[in-house]
Amino acid sequence: MPYRIEVGQKPGLFDARGERSKKQILRAFPDLDKNIDVRCIDVYTVDGEDLDDTWIGDAFCDPVIQDIAVNTPLTRKFTWYIEVGYKPGVTDNVGRSASYALHLITSRHYPVYSARAFLLSGDLTRSQAEKIAGDCLANSLIQYVRILDPQEILEVKPHISVVSLNHVPAVHEVSLDLDDQGLVKLSREKTLALNLEEMKAMASFIADPEVRRIRTQVGLGEKLTDVELECLAQTWSEHCKHKIFNAEIDYRENGKSERISSLFKTYIQGATRDIRARAGEKDICVSVFTDNAGVIRFTDDHHLVFKVETHNSPSALDPYGGALTGIVGVNRDPFGTGIGAKLIFNTDVFCFADPAYAQELPPKILHPVRIFEGVREGVEHGGNKSGIPTVNGCIVFDDRYLGKPLVYCGTAGIMPVEVAGVPSHKKDIRPGDLIVMSGGRIGKDGIHGATFSSEELHQESPTSAVQIGDPITQKKLTDFLLRARDLGLYRAITDNGAGGLSSSVGEMSQLSGGCLIELDKPLLKYPGLDPWEILLSEAQERMTLAVAPENIDAFLDLSVQMDVESTVIGAFTASGYFQCTYDRKTVAYLPLDFLHGGVPRMRLSAKWEPNIEPDPRTPVPEDQNAKLEEILSRLNICSKEYVVRQYDHEVQGGSVVKPLVGQCADGPSDAAVVRPVLELSKGVVVSNGIVPRYSDIDTYHMTACALDEALRNYVCVGGDPDHWACLDNFCWCDPVRSERNPDGEHKLAQLVRANKALYDYAVAFSCPLISGKDSMKNDYIGPGIKISIPPTILVSVIGAIPEVEKAVTMDLKCAGDLVYLLGATRKELGASEYFASYGIIGSSVPKVEAESARARYRNLHQAICGSLISSAHDLSDGGLVVALAETAFAGGLGLEIDLNEVAREPGMNDTEILYSESQSRILVSVSPERAHDFESIFAGDARRIGRVIPEQRLIIRSQNNGKLIDRDLASLKRSWQAPLDF
Amino acid sequence: MAQIKALVITGFGTNCEMEMSHACRRAGALSDVVHISDVLNGSTRLTDYHFLNLAGGFLDGDDLGSAQVESVRLKYARIQTSGRTLFEEIRDFIDRGMIILGVCNGFQALVKTGLLPGNPMGKRRVSLSFNDSAKFEDRWVRLAVDPQSPCIFTRGLDRLFLPVRHGEGKFVCDNNGTLEEIKDGHLAALKYADESYTPTMEYPANPNGAVDAIAGICDATGRIFGLMPHPEAFNHPANHPAWTRLKELPEKGEGMAIFENAVDFLKGII
Repeated sequence: MPYRIEVGQKPGLFDARGERSKKQILRAFPDLDKNIDVRCIDVYTVDGEDLDDTWIGDAFCDPVIQDIAVNTPLTRKFTWYIEVGYKPGVTDNVGRSASYALHLITSRHYPVYSARAFLLSGDLTRSQAEKIAGDCLANSLIQYVRILDPQEILEVKPHISVVSLNHVPAVHEVSLDLDDQGLVKLSREKTLALNLEEMKAMASFIADPEVRRIRTQVGLGEKLTDVELECLAQTWSEHCKHKIFNAEIDYRENGKSERISSLFKTYIQGATRDIRARAGEKDICVSVFTDNAGVIRFTDDHHLVFKVETHNSPSALDPYGGALTGIVGVNRDPFGTGIGAKLIFNTDVFCFADPAYAQELPPKILHPVRIFEGVREGVEHGGNKSGIPTVNGCIVFDDRYLGKPLVYCGTAGIMPVEVAGVPSHKKDIRPGDLIVMSGGRIGKDGIHGATFSSEELHQESPTSAVQIGDPITQKKLTDFLLRARDLGLYRAITDNGAGGLSSSVGEMSQLSGGCLIELDKPLLKYPGLDPWEILLSEAQERMTLAVAPENIDAFLDLSVQMDVESTVIGAFTASGYFQCTYDRKTVAYLPLDFLHGGVPRMRLSAKWEPNIEPDPRTPVPEDQNAKLEEILSRLNICSKEYVVRQYDHEVQGGSVVKPLVGQCADGPSDAAVVRPVLELSKGVVVSNGIVPRYSDIDTYHMTACALDEALRNYVCVGGDPDHWACLDNFCWCDPVRSERNPDGEHKLAQLVRANKALYDYAVAFSCPLISGKDSMKNDYIGPGIKISIPPTILVSVIGAIPEVEKAVTMDLKCAGDLVYLLGATRKELGASEYFASYGIIGSSVPKVEAESARARYRNLHQAICGSLISSAHDLSDGGLVVALAETAFAGGLGLEIDLNEVAREPGMNDTEILYSESQSRILVSVSPERAHDFESIFAGDARRIGRVIPEQRLIIRSQNNGKLIDRDLASLKRSWQAPLDF
Repeated sequence: MAQIKALVITGFGTNCEMEMSHACRRAGALSDVVHISDVLNGSTRLTDYHFLNLAGGFLDGDDLGSAQVESVRLKYARIQTSGRTLFEEIRDFIDRGMIILGVCNGFQALVKTGLLPGNPMGKRRVSLSFNDSAKFEDRWVRLAVDPQSPCIFTRGLDRLFLPVRHGEGKFVCDNNGTLEEIKDGHLAALKYADESYTPTMEYPANPNGAVDAIAGICDATGRIFGLMPHPEAFNHPANHPAWTRLKELPEKGEGMAIFENAVDFLKGII
């Protein structure tokens, strides 16, 4: 008889979780009676017998603060009992820990299933309770709900979420001897996400008599097996092969046409190649575009490793699990680069619709506030529990992200230049090395993740693509593997992400020239998986390693000691084939060159027709003070402290510039600085740039501005502009024209223009691109509605600061300091936050002048190294006046500014000067005794526009010397903090 | 002079071991970071050390409550070579006169195993519950030091400024008698304080609603000390959240004092 155990806070003690749930419920249901009461308790179901009461108590209950009830309700004082637990097969981290605790006590294995119950009291009907459960407490995709009244709970049965597949694993052959229609149908039915050309390439491969002859030698028939078909579809997916970035593109603009052979090779790889050639000995790149993450130099003894990815589609379906899996997933990229890096920080950027969105939601779309809270919590658990500080990030709001939220998760690592005499950034695999899988077990989770994310979100999107990461299993895994690395126990490592073993072993096997995987060897979460599912499962927390036979015993012994499961699942070969067996029979036999090189190149066309809507006359507000407060309250500008505080930003002990800075530690930092090696004073700087609004005018300038924003954030804190590198992360709406996507040519043209800008500006700034990612199908298609996200690029910059003691923050430091604006202000309000506040887009998108900007950034670095600067803050969303307000209230000091002193384009009115979003501008404060040295560095590029005053006011004089703005800092700060103070 | 040897235990979700060990070294000790599985298999022995550090993190994900599974591990898991539990080893370590520092998750482990307040040793009498905000929060707090506390780690200090980073840090007692005993013995060496360094119940200066503003306690000997704030995270002057506002950068981080006191104490007894 299973045990059903309830544990709750003792009466009289404050039930903090219950109170927080109540707040969330009342936010979602503002009409509800405010006097409802919510209590939160934990429910465990233990499948087994003969448990002593002491054991149950020791495992589950804190007797100082909790009461426990076994096989009886803890209380019946409630109106509705709402129990939320996981459906079978969904990762249950709490259940796993509970089972582990019972194992420590009894040495026996007891499966445990965890749930949480919310006890609601108040004037509520059952249907209200159901609505609260569905909209607020549970996600029906992955969780079950049961709602009971005080009578029904007496009859409650334990809830066991066990997977029973009752399925005998088998391999099936799939005929590709079909007409075009049949091939397309097959692709859709099996979620292969391949187009007709690609299906035909497979069909002609298997029709080749020579191929068939070779297959008979290994016991395979004349059709592809489902293992082979799925493996090919996964390897050829947009997610893995970046087919759009490698396509042949006919690009037309202004009647001229151009043939582009691979955006990736031409613009992204091309930029880095040209920058490296020019840098010569000063080249900082170590490993670019070849591994899971980019590698650059840091010190003579250390390299930095950096990667940013997105996890959009899963986060749309289950924001918590999707984001959690996103962050622990991207952790494995630097961890799986070369022979492995130690992880030093995370950086996250989210794009959401308005959390207060009030219109009706299309089917299968979760409310933005649930997306916001779920993603926030997923990243909190993923980052904090892994012991990796979240040091920088931002949140962008636009209602088009209702179609798909964007969840960018980035992680950096550090690796010694050499480990045991071997260069750490390289992988070396030899035929005969064993294939080892370490970490979690394989289940049905995440199957078709790679192909699923290569499609738009629709109502039938597979729910198995959703999973929940487990940071502790991964932490144990990384603890173990870093030790194994330092002992030289393995030769190569890579992560199991999209495509699972199919992808990880498939890629590694190129280094030795082949592989043989025994698909009955990997450990499974439950029996009944078909061989193709074992190969493709994206179950989390797994790394694949190449271990030399002479080291395998030591490797496996250490794995057991450190409580990590590792299994030998095959061997690397030099056969030229990707071979899998199951039950000793060959079930897949694909030539490596076909697997990796057989996908036909896409041919696409793009046409650029700019959508010119000239700027209207700039609206001038009647009350400039009130307008400023309105702008400070805009979602893209307001404080994100609510989110930032919940992320551990200083674990590992090396934080230097935190995400929140200033007198009260609540000012918005431009970038982060950390010391990854505590003995050294050299620091790492990281920053981000993202401005999707500008895509509404031209993605060329949007991209240039995103890069410039990341770079100017980087230099503001003291980053060295001669030691920087960046990552590009494209999130696009479908750029392939089809019946369902008639404007595909325009979206592809937008993509081409973004790439051209990336090349032009990366080269101009000498900032090499070292890695990146693209996610191309960020659309939602529902009944009669299609929502496409604005084309979005995140640029993330990493680099170094020679001495962290020189770092600078954005807050004003001292009354009497002089205030300078670096860079010119032009009439560039197109797609600005100011225009957006009036519903205007316009056409005057900001343009980046790279040459003068680069000189300015180098001058700023020189000034920072000379300790000449008190504060530096970049101008971005909302322009000059927003930067002035932020730097003032963060420093707790006022400002007196004169717009006549601003270097500006002739003819601009006061409002335009305040809100223009011209790029490459930085606001700096300097103590008067350093002003001379400071000015001599900038030779005219620094214009003194005012001074810091002790009064708590922001005072701005207009061009005709009137008081344009005069507001106390407290009310400005309040407007800025209010919107997201959840 | 004898070399002070510090042991920092890690594994199963601990994640502040590196900076904890760094702080021990900077304070003058030799320091080893050891995975708990190396203690359980007998290859590392507590008898070779003087200063045991239980660092912050999320042991076993804090899935059943903070450090709950760790308390089970310390009580039930047996060392392969000796057959003894970790709890028994730690008790012997304490009986030998050695010292223990538990930070955040390490503090949670000390109270949940009943090593703090430690009368009787092994009985859980206090705990660390969910923050009143029900949120994990990273923020810096002011701490008032009780000058009459027997705590050897806070000797000579009257105040500290350190970060807290936790979701379960609200100090509570099983009954008023325990709280009185803590007060009478001056065991609450650290309390959350306002700008004038007076203990406070006001949020966010008291970040979690801790009873009597208690941020850290020691046992009656003063040799076992647990605290929610992270002294090892203020190992360098530039860890200070507003260091760029200081006219002059201090020579070292304020948190170092805790580790220096530990090493000084041990130098006096070994």
